[in-house]
Amino acid sequence: MTEDKVPDGFSIRSADRPAVEIEEVYKSFGRVDVLQGVSMTVREGEVACLIGPSGSGKSTLLRCVNHLEKIDAGRISVNGRLVGYHERNYRLHEMHDRDVARQRRSIGMVFQRFNLFPHKTALENIMEAPVQVLGTNRAQALGEAKALLAQVGLSDKAGNYPSQLSGGQQQRVAIARALAMKPSLMLFDEPTSALDPELVGDVLAVMRTLAESGMTMIVVTHEMAFARDVGDTVAFMDGGVIVEHGDARQVITDPQHARTQAFLAKVR
Amino acid sequence: MSENGNDIAAGADHAPAAAGIRPAAIRAVPVRRPGRWIAAIILVVLALMFVNMLAFNKNFGWDLVWQWLFWHTIVQAVFVTLELTVLAMLIGIAGGVLLAVMRLSSNPVSGSAAWAYTWFFRGTPVLVQLLFWNNIAALVGQQVGFGIPFGPQFFHLDTNSTITRFTAAVLALGLNEAAYMSEIVRAGILSVDEGQAEAAASLGMRRAKIMRRIVLPQAMRVIIPPTGNETISMLKTSSLASVIGVVELTDASEAAIHLYFKAIPFYVVASLWYLFFTTVLSIGQYYIERHYARGSTRNLPPTPFQKLMRMNLSFRRRSYTYTPAGTQEERP
Repeated sequence: MTEDKVPDGFSIRSADRPAVEIEEVYKSFGRVDVLQGVSMTVREGEVACLIGPSGSGKSTLLRCVNHLEKIDAGRISVNGRLVGYHERNYRLHEMHDRDVARQRRSIGMVFQRFNLFPHKTALENIMEAPVQVLGTNRAQALGEAKALLAQVGLSDKAGNYPSQLSGGQQQRVAIARALAMKPSLMLFDEPTSALDPELVGDVLAVMRTLAESGMTMIVVTHEMAFARDVGDTVAFMDGGVIVEHGDARQVITDPQHARTQAFLAKVR
Repeated sequence: MSENGNDIAAGADHAPAAAGIRPAAIRAVPVRRPGRWIAAIILVVLALMFVNMLAFNKNFGWDLVWQWLFWHTIVQAVFVTLELTVLAMLIGIAGGVLLAVMRLSSNPVSGSAAWAYTWFFRGTPVLVQLLFWNNIAALVGQQVGFGIPFGPQFFHLDTNSTITRFTAAVLALGLNEAAYMSEIVRAGILSVDEGQAEAAASLGMRRAKIMRRIVLPQAMRVIIPPTGNETISMLKTSSLASVIGVVELTDASEAAIHLYFKAIPFYVVASLWYLFFTTVLSIGQYYIERHYARGSTRNLPPTPFQKLMRMNLSFRRRSYTYTPAGTQEERP
């Protein structure tokens, strides 16, 4: 059933099991068709980068994967389970709020504008979901949160509120916050687009380490060097469809499609 | 600098300094602002006239005021006023949050119900509502039964003994307040960035929890100041309860007037009590606002108490160096 859209011969590091299957997805906001038949598969441990001009539907596609947006047609599965719907007797049933929330536990998301909780310190931001959603006891959550802060290089900022952190620091806390749920998949929605240029490197370094640890990641990004070096695959989107999809290095350095070539020529 | 010649000579001070040498600090003549002086003098004169009137106008009857300020009937009435205010605000706030959440929910029935409630309770005078509740027995009868709607009833309550005057006042003020509070809470909820709820949802939190843990605490920053306003307003609106015979501060003062045939001193007594509690509420509001400002300002300004402590320190210890407000309280 999983029609393999990824050509053979890639340097994919991990098992071949699909983590995310996106099949013929359509989505429109009112009269604006944002996604017009998108299909792609992301394997476990794969770092898939989505690139393309603004308005091409990259972020919307990402937000469909954890059901922040409902799709109009097609299907999306994560770890073999349909996102947002139950399938019974060949009919789709909308998932209860409770089950959608449960599904999202294993899908971490990092936003362009960080969206840290401003009324909580860095440490409290990270502890919030494990304590409130998973019911982890506070002592254990605290220990894990501290370890995560150390992992993103911000041990000394545990007691700071988001407003007391730079953009790059906030985004690293946001990554730690998402990781605190021990997700099997991480979604990054232009994580460095709102950052000052000199702060981008720190965030990308954290993401690179995460990728090397084997995390399955879908990254919407404008950082072509990151996509080329850290990504396993790159999908170039334009006008709500995937125009070109293949090995990261190949798509970035030697794009086959004219639209990809034009886009990359402008970005460089 | 007075003489022109001097000014020209002084001009040499402001000549660009040689490289590497810091120029002298600017000591400029300030702009004259005669309007400020005139306004200040007028205000001071008016203030003196007012103080003079307070002190020497016999009609205030200050000896009576001090005598009756803590009279037990008045003190009891003060407690009734406080009870009315607190209970009505509790109903108002709880009801307001409920109505706001209903109004913002995607369920059209609960949305319309909340809208209709607000429309009705904001659309009629609170005094009329007060009179309505006081005469509730005339509306629903002497007995109110509870049971299955349109079906059998399990027990009955006597309307007049259940809805006493005090209860009627609490219900009228509280339910009316809920309509106003709902708009305040709604504005607060809408002021929180949508990204906050999305981030919480992406962490697997459910709607009620997102509202309670993430959205409402942030909305509080917007909700608190007008709520403080409403509470202070309620303290005084509670005086309307005197109309239906609840012996609260205004009613007790009126009663005293009829006993002693002196009006002004008792109005002063009531005003002093209202002013006192308004002051207390304002101070409370300051600290609650400060609590919910966590994280929204980089550094919280020091409280008046902290400022006082700091001044004390600066008097006692010479080694203490003053740091301007705003750089204090660096978090570790």
